[in-house]
Amino acid sequence: MKAFLPALLLVLMAATASGGGFVLTTEASDVPDDDGGRIGLVWTVSPDLPVPDSIVVERMAPGGEWEHVGSVAPIDGRYTDSELENGTVYSYRLVPWLQGVPGEPGPVVSASPAVKWLHSGRIGMLVITVVLCTIILLYIEAGKRGKDLFVRRIAGLNAVEDAVGRATEMGRPVMYIPGIMDMDDIQTIASMVILGRVARKAAEYGSSLLVPTCRSVVMSVSQEVVKEAYLQTGRPDAFRREDITYLTDDQFGYAAGVDGMMVRQRPAAIFLLGTFYAESLILAETGKSVGAIQIAGTAMVSQIPFFIAACDYTLIGEELYAASAYLSREPRLLGSLKGQDAAKLVIMILIVLGVLGATAGHWWEPAGRVAEFLRFLTHVE
Amino acid sequence: MRLFLPLVITFICGIVMILHFFIPHRPISTIGDGLTDWYMIVASAAIFLGAANLVQVHVHRINTKARNWKYSPVVLIGFIAMMATGLLWGVEETLPFDYMFQTMIVPMGATMFSLLAFFVASAAFRAFRASNWRATLLLASAFIVMLGRVPIGGMIWKQIPIISEWMMQVPNMAGQRAVMIGAALGVVATSLRMIFGIERSYLGGAD
Amino acid sequence: MRKLLEMLDRVDRRVIYLLMALSVFIPLALRLSYPIPVGQGPSQDLFKAIDSLPSGSVVLVSYDYDPSTMPELQPMAVALTQHMFTRGHRIIAMALWPQGASLSQEAMSAVGDSLGKAQYDDWVNLGYTVGAGVSIVRMGSSIRAVFPQDRDGFPYDSIPLLTRVQSLRDIDLVISLSAGDPGIHAWVMMAGDRFGLPVGGGCTAVSAPEFYTYLGTGQLLGLLGGLKGAADYETMVREGRGNTPAGLATPGMAAQSISHLVIMAFIVIGNISYLAVHKRRKGAPK
Repeated sequence: MKAFLPALLLVLMAATASGGGFVLTTEASDVPDDDGGRIGLVWTVSPDLPVPDSIVVERMAPGGEWEHVGSVAPIDGRYTDSELENGTVYSYRLVPWLQGVPGEPGPVVSASPAVKWLHSGRIGMLVITVVLCTIILLYIEAGKRGKDLFVRRIAGLNAVEDAVGRATEMGRPVMYIPGIMDMDDIQTIASMVILGRVARKAAEYGSSLLVPTCRSVVMSVSQEVVKEAYLQTGRPDAFRREDITYLTDDQFGYAAGVDGMMVRQRPAAIFLLGTFYAESLILAETGKSVGAIQIAGTAMVSQIPFFIAACDYTLIGEELYAASAYLSREPRLLGSLKGQDAAKLVIMILIVLGVLGATAGHWWEPAGRVAEFLRFLTHVE
Repeated sequence: MRLFLPLVITFICGIVMILHFFIPHRPISTIGDGLTDWYMIVASAAIFLGAANLVQVHVHRINTKARNWKYSPVVLIGFIAMMATGLLWGVEETLPFDYMFQTMIVPMGATMFSLLAFFVASAAFRAFRASNWRATLLLASAFIVMLGRVPIGGMIWKQIPIISEWMMQVPNMAGQRAVMIGAALGVVATSLRMIFGIERSYLGGAD
Repeated sequence: MRKLLEMLDRVDRRVIYLLMALSVFIPLALRLSYPIPVGQGPSQDLFKAIDSLPSGSVVLVSYDYDPSTMPELQPMAVALTQHMFTRGHRIIAMALWPQGASLSQEAMSAVGDSLGKAQYDDWVNLGYTVGAGVSIVRMGSSIRAVFPQDRDGFPYDSIPLLTRVQSLRDIDLVISLSAGDPGIHAWVMMAGDRFGLPVGGGCTAVSAPEFYTYLGTGQLLGLLGGLKGAADYETMVREGRGNTPAGLATPGMAAQSISHLVIMAFIVIGNISYLAVHKRRKGAPK
C-alpha cells in the first residue's frame, strides 16, 4: 500500500513526463490488444549532452526501492516490460550510466497493464470473416438439401482421364508433382485431393504412378492418398510405395531430381498441381521436351504464364481449389464452391462501393463516410 | 475411427487458431501459442522422416540393382558427408561443412537456377506469337517491360523505364489482385471445408 | 526465303540455348558496363525507408532463399547490410529457409568486418527456424521461444543486442529476401498485417510482379526486384559513398541487357516465321 499510493499519484500526474537530464522524455503505456502483463516504454534522449555507455531501465519494487529490469542502448528507443500483474500500477525511470557511474535519472512514469478480450484492430476483419463464412456455410447447407448447383466446365480437369489413358496406351508412367510446399499450404492440400482422383484412374487403367515430393510430410500423405485410391479401385496389389518418394527440401535440388526422373523414365502424362515458384518453367519445359501431355495448376500468379506457355492445360488460381468439388460432384463440396462465388460477389460489391464512396466523398460527405466505414471494416492491425 | 480422430484434431486446432487471431485473452492466447510450438516440433521431426525415406529408397535401389541404381550411392555419400561434417565439427565458417556448402552446394544450386534463362528464352520463342490482338498486346507489353528492366531500355528511350514501371504498378497489379482475391476466397472455402470435415480426401479417406 | 522461314520456325532449342549462353558470357568476359539510372520506384522507396530510420534502430533481415537464387539475392543482402551499418542500424538476421542461415552469415560477417561492426553488439545471426508463418506468429509473442540460441549456439539472453528485443513489437523494420515461400508473403501477412510491423522485401525477378499488390496498399514499404533491384540499391548506396567499389549486381546488368535483347530477337524471329507460315496456310488451296 505504501508503494501503491505514490505510484498512483504519479499515474494521475501523467503517463508521459520530461526531464532535464540525458533522458529527455519518457512515456509508459499498456501494450494494447495483448493478453496483458506488458507495459511499453518509449523515450527520447538529449542530442546535446555527452552520450553515456548505456541506459538502465528501473522499475519501482513494492517496497519503494528501484530495481533493475533491463539495459538498453543510449539512443531514442523503446522497451517492453513483461510478466507483470494486470491492474497493478508500475512506475519506471531510465538511468544513464557512464563508466560505471549512474547519471541523473529520467522522469518517473507509470502505467498499468491490462488484458483485452477482443483485439480492437481486428473487429472489422471479424465481421467480414463471419459474413463470408456464413455465406459459404449457407450454400453448403443448400447443397446438402439437394439444390441443383451448376458448375462451369474446367477443361484441365476434364483432361485428367484422357491424360492417364494416353500414358496407359503408350506404356509409360504418369508423373504427379504436388508442388514444392509442405502440407500447411492449402494448395498442397488441394493437390492431394486431385492426386486421389489421378491415382484412382491410374489404378483403373493399370498405369504406374510416380510422385516425387519436396517435403517428407507430403510424401507420407501422398502415400496414404494413393494407397487408399488403389484400395478403393480394388487393386491394392498394384500399389508401389517406392514410387512415391521424397527427393529433397531444396527448391532447385528438387527441380534437378524431377528433371532427371522425367528424362530417364519419360512419363507420358505429367501433372504439376500445387505451389510452384521459379522451378515451374524448368519442370514444365523438361516435361514438354520428353513429349508428355501436361496438366498444370497453381494459385501462384507469377508462375501461371509459364505454365500456360509450356503446358497443355492450366488451372488458374481458384480452379485448383475447385477441383475437389468438380471431380467428385459431391453436393456439399459443390455448395461450398457456389458459396465461394457468392462471397466473391459480396467482395466485388464492397470494392465498387468503396471506390465510388472514396471518389464521391470529395464532394459529398455521406459517401466519404461510407468509404471510411469500409476502410475500417477491411483494416487489420 | 481412422478418420474421426484426425477430423476432430483439425476441427479443434482450426477453431482455436481462428479465435487466436481475434482474442488475445488467456486461455486462447496460451493454447494458440502452444499449438504453434507443437507445429514447429512436428515440422522439425518431419525432417527425420524425409531423411529416413531417402536412405531407405536408395538402399533398396542399390540392393535390388534397380534401373539407374548407380546414382543412388552418390546420393547416399553426399547425404552422409554433409551430415557427418555438420555433426562432428559444426557449421561455422571455414569448417568442412561450410567449405562443402560454399564450394559445392552454392555453385550447383546457382547452376540449376541459371537454367531458367535458357528455358525462358525457349518458351518465349515458342509461346509469344501475335496470333490475335490480345496476344499482340501481351507481346508489346512484354517488350516494354523487358526493356524497362535493363539499362539499355533507358538508353534507347528515356520513357521506356517509366512506362515499364507504370505497367507493373497499374495493369499488372490489377490483374494480380483479381487472381489473388479469387484464390484467397478459395483458401477460405477450402479451409472451412477442412475444419468442418466436409473435405477429407487429403486424409486418404473417401471424398 | 520460304525454306529459311520454315527453318526458323522449327529452330532447335539448343541453338537458342547456345546464343543465350553467349549473350551472358560475352558481356561478362568483356566487362561491359552501363550506367544505372535509379528513378522513382520500389527500390528507391526501400532505400528511403531504411534511410529515414533513426540511427540505432533494430532491423530484422530474413534470408528466405538458398544458394540457387543467390546470384540475384545475395547482392541485395550485401548492399542492404552496407546501407544499414553505415546508417548505424543494428541487424538481426534469421532464415526461414535452411540454407539461408549460412548465406546470411557470409553476408553479415563480410560486410560487418569491413565496416568494423561487432557480432552480438551490432549484428547477430539467429539461424534457421522451421514452421515458416507459424514461427513468425510465435515471434510476435516471443522471439526467444523460436530462437532459444543463435546460429552458433549462444543463448538468446547472453547476446547484448537482444536484451531489448523480446518480440516482433521491438523490431523497427523487417526485410525479407525471398526466393519463394516462406518469404515475403508470410512476413507481410503475419508480421505486417498481424503485428503492424513495417515490412520491406527483395525477391527474384520472376516473382516481383506478384508483390506489386502489396506495394500499392502500403503493406510493403519497398521492393528490390531481381538483379535490377539489387543494382539499383548498389547505385544508391554508392551515391552516398564516393569511392565504394561496384557491387555484385551492377556488372551483371550489361549481360542482362544483352540477354533481354537476344530473347526479344527470338520472339521477333518466331513471329515473322509464324506469320509467314500462317499466311501461307490460310492461302493454301482447300
